[in-house]
Amino acid sequence: MTLVLALTIGLLYGAAMYMIIRRSIVKLVFGLVLLSHAANLLIFTVGGLTRDHPPLAPEQAALPHPPAVADPLPQALILTAIVISFGVLAFVLALVRRTVASAGTDDLDDLRTTEQ
Amino acid sequence: MLLLLTLLPFAAAAVVAPLWSRAHRFAAGISVLVPLGTAVALLSLAPAVWRGEPLLEPHAWAPSVGVSLSFHLDGLSLLFSLLISGIGALVLLYSQGYLHGSPNLGRFCATLLFFMGSMLGVVLANNLVALFVFWELTSFSSYLLIGFESSRLKARNAALQALLVTGIGGLALLAGAVLLALAAGSYEITEVLAAGGLRQHALYLPILLLILGAAFTKSAQFPFHFWLPSAMEAPAPVSAYLHSATMVKAGVYLLARLNPALGGGAEWPLLLGLFGGATMLIGVVVAFFKNDLKQILAYSTIGVLGTLVLMIGVGTPDAFKAMAAYLLAHALYKGSLFLMSGAVDHETGTRDIGELSGLRRAMPLTAAVALIAAVSMAGLPPTLGFIGKELLYESANHAPAYAWLVTAALAVNGAILFAVAAMAGYKPFAGPLRSPKPPHEAPWTLWTAPGVAAVLGLVLGLAPRAAESAIRSAASAVAGAPVSVELSLFHGFNLPLLLTAAGVIVGGLLYIYRSRIAGLAPRSAPVTAGGVYDRLLAALVGFAALQTRWLQSGYLRAYLKIIILTAVLLGGYALLTRNAAAAALSVSDARFHELIVGGLILAGTIATVRARSRMISVAAVGAVGVGVSLIFVLFGAPDLAMTQLTIEALTVVLLVFVFHHLPDFSLKSRRPVRVLDVALCATAGVFMGALVLAAGAERPWPSISSYFTDNSRDLAGGRNVVNVILTDFRGLDTFGEITVLAIAGIGVYALLRLNMDEIRRREGARTAPSEAAIPAATTAPDRETP
Repeated sequence: MTLVLALTIGLLYGAAMYMIIRRSIVKLVFGLVLLSHAANLLIFTVGGLTRDHPPLAPEQAALPHPPAVADPLPQALILTAIVISFGVLAFVLALVRRTVASAGTDDLDDLRTTEQ
Repeated sequence: MLLLLTLLPFAAAAVVAPLWSRAHRFAAGISVLVPLGTAVALLSLAPAVWRGEPLLEPHAWAPSVGVSLSFHLDGLSLLFSLLISGIGALVLLYSQGYLHGSPNLGRFCATLLFFMGSMLGVVLANNLVALFVFWELTSFSSYLLIGFESSRLKARNAALQALLVTGIGGLALLAGAVLLALAAGSYEITEVLAAGGLRQHALYLPILLLILGAAFTKSAQFPFHFWLPSAMEAPAPVSAYLHSATMVKAGVYLLARLNPALGGGAEWPLLLGLFGGATMLIGVVVAFFKNDLKQILAYSTIGVLGTLVLMIGVGTPDAFKAMAAYLLAHALYKGSLFLMSGAVDHETGTRDIGELSGLRRAMPLTAAVALIAAVSMAGLPPTLGFIGKELLYESANHAPAYAWLVTAALAVNGAILFAVAAMAGYKPFAGPLRSPKPPHEAPWTLWTAPGVAAVLGLVLGLAPRAAESAIRSAASAVAGAPVSVELSLFHGFNLPLLLTAAGVIVGGLLYIYRSRIAGLAPRSAPVTAGGVYDRLLAALVGFAALQTRWLQSGYLRAYLKIIILTAVLLGGYALLTRNAAAAALSVSDARFHELIVGGLILAGTIATVRARSRMISVAAVGAVGVGVSLIFVLFGAPDLAMTQLTIEALTVVLLVFVFHHLPDFSLKSRRPVRVLDVALCATAGVFMGALVLAAGAERPWPSISSYFTDNSRDLAGGRNVVNVILTDFRGLDTFGEITVLAIAGIGVYALLRLNMDEIRRREGARTAPSEAAIPAATTAPDRETP
C-alpha cells in the first residue's frame, strides 16, 4: 500500500508545483490546496501505516505501542496542519480577490509595481 | 603592564575624538603624550629584556579553545614596539601642524591612536588568534586612514584596494594560524616556537604558503605591492607612520617571529629569497622613474621591504643582525622623509620634483632634516643607514647559497637607492629657487618631528653602541639563539666598503643622467599588478551582477523553479548515493477498496490540473480532499478524517464564493514553457515519491510516540490520544495555531472590508466581465492571448 500512496503523493506534489508556477493567480490557489494535501499524506505515510486501529485507549487495559495501533503523533501534526492550511487558504483567497479587484489582472507577471 | 600598554591607545582614541571640540589643547596633549608615555614605559622595561629576560604576561580570554590574550616582550617585539610608540609620538605631534585647523583633526588623531594600539597588539601578542585580531584591526584602521579624505573618489578606491589585498592576507593568516596551532599543539607563539619538528609535519607546506600569503600582502611584496603606492592618497603622517615605518613591516615581523619554527629547510629560503629579491629590485627601479615625491618614497619603501624579506630568507645570524639594523635605520630615515615630503607639499603645493628646486633658501630647517635623512637612505657614513647597509653586504657575501647573486642584487639596489635618495632629499632643495607658490619655512611641528627621527639616525650612526643591545636581542629572537652584535662605523677596507664606493659612483651617474635614462623607459608597462587587480575586481562585480540577474529575476515562479530544482538535485543525489533499501515495491498488500480511493485521488488531481473551467477544478479538488479523508479513515485516523471532511466542505464553499469574483482560467504561458514546467514538476513528483519509499524504509531514531500512548489516559485523563496531544501534551502548540487562525481571520476581514467602496466603484465602472480580464499594463515577455 505504501507504493500506491507513494505514487499518489508524487503525483499530488508534481501537480501542486505545476499549478504554483503558472502565471494565473487563480491556478496558484489550487496549487496551494493540492500542496497541503500532498504534505499531509506524506507525513501520514512516512509515519507508518496501520489499518483499522485508531489510537483510542480502552477503559482499563493499556494501549499497545505503535505500530500495533496507528501512530498518534503524525496525526496530531496533520490535524494542526489541516486547520492552519485552511486559515492560510482563506487569507490567500481574500488577498487574491483584493489583488484582482485592485490591479484588474490575474496575471502574476503584470503585478510588478506597488502603484495602482 | 603589557595589556595596559596595548589598551591605553585604544582608550585614548575613545577619549580624544569626543573631547576634541570641547577641549582641543587637552585632547591634542593626550594624543601626543600617550605614545610618548608608552615609549618611555617600554624603555623602562628594556634593560631586563636586553639582558635576556623576556616578559611573558598571560591573560585568560577563551581558555576552552586555547585562545588567550597573552603578551610577550622579547627583543624583536621590543624593537618593533619602540618604533611604533616612538614614531607614533612624532607623527601625532606632526599631525597637529599638518592638519592644523582641519575640522577632522580629532577624528584623525583618534584613528591614529587606534592604529597604534592595534599595531602594538600585533607585535606584543603571544597568541596566534590574538595576533590575527590585532592584525585585522591594523588593516581596518589603515582603511580608515587611507580614505581619510573621504570626499575624494581616488582616496576611497585606494582605501578599498588596500583593505581587500590585506584582508585576503588576513584570511590566509587565520587559516595559517589554525593549521600552525594544529601542527604545534598550541596557539601560544612561544610554545609554537619551542615545538620543533614543524618542518617535517605534513601540514608544513600549506602553513608556509598561508603565512607567506599573509606576510607578502601586508608587507607589499611583489606581486601584491600595488596597493602601497595607491595608499599614498593618505595624508603624509599616515604614509610616514603606517606605510613606511610600522604597518607594512608587520609582514616582516610575522616572518621574523615565526622564523625559528618555519625557517630553514628548502622552501623558506627559496620563496623568501625569490620574492624578497624581486620586490627589492622592482621597487627601487620603479622609484627611480617616478617624479612624485611620495611615489618615489613609496616604491623605495617597497624595495626596502623586499630587502628585509630577502635577509630573513638568507637565514644566517649575520643576516638577522643586518635585518634588524636596517629595519631600524629605514624606519627613522623613511619616516622623516615622508613627513618632510608632507611639509614640502604643505608649503609649495606640489610634490613633483621636476617643479621644485632650491627650497633650502626658503625652508632651511626642512632642507637640513631632509638631507640628513637622505644621507642615511643613501647609505653614507656617518649614519645608521650606512651601518645597516654594510651589514647587508657583509651577510650577503657570506650567504650559505647563491652568495654572489644576493650580493650583486644588493649592490645594484644600493646604487639605485643612492640615486633615489638624492632625488628625494637633495633635488628639491638644491639649485635656484623654483616652486609653484612662494614657500615659507614650515611651522615648528612640521620640522621637529622628522628632525628628531633623522637626527636619531645620525646619532646612532655616530654612536652605534647605543643601538647594539636592541639589535642584538632582536636578531637573537629571530634566530632563536643568541647572536653576538658589535656595531661600528668603520669595518676596515673590505668588500662592503668597496661596494659602497662603487654604489656612490654608479648612483651618482644615474642621478646626473636621470632625465636621459628616464626617456628610455617605456611610458607604461603592458601588464601591471594594479591592472590585474582592477580586472579581477571588475570580473567579480560582473559575476555578481550576472548571477543576480539570473537568480533574482523578480518573477515568483522563477524563484520557485530554482528552489524546486535545487531541492530535487541535492535530495536526489543523496537518495541515489545512499542506496536506500526501497520499501516493499509491490501493490499486493493493498486491498481493493484502498486502490479505488487511490484512484479517486489520482483522477481528482489530474482533473484539477487539466480542467479548462475553474468550477470543474473546484469539484475535482474537492474529490481529492474526500479521497484523502478516506485514506485517513482506512488507516486509523478518524479525527483527521472528520476534520478533513469539514474543512473540505468549507474550502469548496469558500472557493465557489470567491471565484465568482475572479476571471476564469486562461492559458498564459507558451507551449514550450509549459512542456518544460511539466518535465520539471514530473521529476520533482518522482523525487517526492521516492522520498516516501526511502523514508519508510529507514528509522534511525526510536519513536517518541509510545510515551503518548502509555501516558495519555493516566496523566492527562483522556482516551483519545490524538486529542490529548493537541490539548494537553502540546497544548501551547495548539494555542499558537489558534493565534495563527485569529490573525488570518483579521487579515481576511481587513482585506475584504477596508476601502471596499472604492473597489466596488471601479468594478461598477467596468461594463462587461470580459473587459475585467484585460489588464491595464501588459509588459510581460512571454504573454500570449488565449
